[in-house]
Amino acid sequence: MSEQAMTPERLFYRPGQPAEVLIRGAHVLDPRSDLDGAHDVLVREGRIAEIAEPGSVQASSDTKTLEANGKHLLPGFVDPHVHLRTPGQEYKEDLESGTAAAAAGGFCAIIAMPNTAPVVDEAPVLRSLAETARREAKVPVGFLASITKGLDGQELTEMAELRDAGALGFTDDGKPVVSGGMLRKALQYQRLCGGVIALHEEDPALSGDGVMHEGAVSARLGLAGIPSISESTMIARDSALALYEDARVHFQHLSAVESVHALEAAKAAGARVSGEATPHHLTLTDDLVRTLDSRFKMNPPLRTETDRRALAEAIDSGLIECIATDHAPHASHEKEVPFEQAPMGTTGLETAFASLYTELVIPGELELGVVVERLTAGAELYGLPTPRIAPDAPANLCLVDLEARWEVGAEGYVSRSSNCCFHGRTLHGRVLLTVAAGQIAHRRRLLVEAGALSR
Amino acid sequence: MTASANRIGRHLISIDDLDRAGIERILDRAESFAEVSGREIKKVPALRGRTVVNLFYEASTRTSSSFELAAKRLSADVVSIRSAGSAVDKGESLKDTVQTLSAYDPAAIVIRSPQAGAAQLVAGWTPASVINAGDGKHEHPTQALLDVFTLRRRLGSLDGANIWIVGDVMHSRVARSNILAFTRMGASVTVAGPPTLIPRHIEALGCQASTTLDDLDQADVVYVLRMQNERMRESYVPTLREYAARYQVSGRRLNPGQLLMHPGPVNRGIELSADAIDSPQALIGAQVKAGVAVRMAVLYELLVGSPILAAVA
Repeated sequence: MSEQAMTPERLFYRPGQPAEVLIRGAHVLDPRSDLDGAHDVLVREGRIAEIAEPGSVQASSDTKTLEANGKHLLPGFVDPHVHLRTPGQEYKEDLESGTAAAAAGGFCAIIAMPNTAPVVDEAPVLRSLAETARREAKVPVGFLASITKGLDGQELTEMAELRDAGALGFTDDGKPVVSGGMLRKALQYQRLCGGVIALHEEDPALSGDGVMHEGAVSARLGLAGIPSISESTMIARDSALALYEDARVHFQHLSAVESVHALEAAKAAGARVSGEATPHHLTLTDDLVRTLDSRFKMNPPLRTETDRRALAEAIDSGLIECIATDHAPHASHEKEVPFEQAPMGTTGLETAFASLYTELVIPGELELGVVVERLTAGAELYGLPTPRIAPDAPANLCLVDLEARWEVGAEGYVSRSSNCCFHGRTLHGRVLLTVAAGQIAHRRRLLVEAGALSR
Repeated sequence: MTASANRIGRHLISIDDLDRAGIERILDRAESFAEVSGREIKKVPALRGRTVVNLFYEASTRTSSSFELAAKRLSADVVSIRSAGSAVDKGESLKDTVQTLSAYDPAAIVIRSPQAGAAQLVAGWTPASVINAGDGKHEHPTQALLDVFTLRRRLGSLDGANIWIVGDVMHSRVARSNILAFTRMGASVTVAGPPTLIPRHIEALGCQASTTLDDLDQADVVYVLRMQNERMRESYVPTLREYAARYQVSGRRLNPGQLLMHPGPVNRGIELSADAIDSPQALIGAQVKAGVAVRMAVLYELLVGSPILAAVA
């Protein structure tokens, strides 16, 4: 892999002690490795040293042993869409708290969005973030840079230099690239510098001052609606641009059945496009907005059951390749205001797996293996190695207790913010341990107290 | 609605908080207070020693003055706060304002806000009863109650009545609360207006929708909404002239048997012609008059509840 030596580093984290742990008897599930049964998994020096019959592995005396009978061991998840709010809004989140929340949710790598203050639109900003990540990040973080300077849609960023500084790709997330001409130039420039171009799709003229999905609920509440076609028409336009320029484009946080159809048509036409869907769009609908609770205000908005089902089917079929949280922390004083005034966004890192497991796997809408695969697929889309449970692979793992029930928010949050749309819900499935890049990134306190993790 | 028919909750946020029996109870109470308003000394001691806070974040003449009068005629102490000149102007959040006012231990907070859901939020932050005096484009339940009161006085009952609500339904909290209240009282409701101002899926509220006034003669009651100038700038209608040509309710469009209502303030010559406003069919003045009695009834039902007539007499 001489090519790899040439490419700059694109994931940044605080180096620490490589994990030495024997996870004994867990149900190991990794569809890519064809693993679906009880095994012992030995992690030595941060790599997977052995996968064997339960009870067959003998660990050396200085290796911790975790009795994990009845628990599930999964590849660590990868979240290609996170807002870490740094630089500039550290009162909402920062690299340390955001990556801690990621680890608590079973994520072993995340990708941060550039809509910070200042925007990640110049190499020095990116280099400084990478430096901070090397000091603070508990799990590896990759960074997207913005497509246009200051996210203003007017001027391209120095994409090639940003790539050299480590940008995984480019996005103006939070905003669409309104001008087709501007996006076309970015797609052309991609031939020079590579990097996925990820798009928040929305036509501002159609969204207007909308604050929720346009439908029966918005009609009832008198709230301005964001119609589904605001998203889908832009996906159709940008798919045509991607096809014309043979560019690689990723559509972020798809929310509507019309968008699923637009993605399907784009792929059928041969465009190199991919998509992501969030746990909240896969599990919740606009009916919840009847409460006028600003926790349910996000962009794109929660839509109808028809949309939700279409997204879940597209995740099942793989038409939408991956699940991304769009973790968007906001301070309570910002969210504790009337719905129309509240900022858009929900946190999602800590609840992603449990919400999907509870709302989709238990009712039988998706298989657990599919959810696990889609929670890890974001890596490949951005050219990162996919976490796998396989001999000699770097240890990127999460151990979950599917039986555990917990009330979201009852113990507070690891994230600095508490604007979680699942707040107060009882969910099944709790992440007990996360190993990221060979290091233990999260260990649930109760697990230690119960003495399960012993020498 | 639940088994607790005829019971009024602690707050009035939405018409959805009331079943038919609850609405009727408030209207019956309002009838007795209407009698008080006819006396020379228009005061009863029902809320003596209790405090009512009016918190108005939006301009209002009718609603704020009638709430103030209603509370005063019930002998409450009244504090009226408008956003201009208050701490709100200095950037205080709604939550902080409400918690500050709650320190005065008010029995009720009446709130008007340009934001949907504001009254509901306030209810979560104060031990006082909260009355929604209009929240964004969401609801205006006391307007709907006084409209039902006015109609019931005139028609005896709304059962089977055919009511048309005409105009800018999209931006109207009055339309939303009235669709709910009128249908709950047994009327059938049609909303009519330009296609740009009738929200998609409005039928989900239990009404029919029309984009013309061609069948307006089917209506027993024509309820006309205010048409705001700014809608023209936002291109919802090309010009007010065209709007008036298509949707203005005039004496020519009205049958002699039809009743005409409007929540005020009226744009003469836009949504209503002068002859219609001044016709004997118009109940606009009766609506305003009903405002005080109905708001007295709401305050009374939320704050005092059951044994009634003694307090009035």
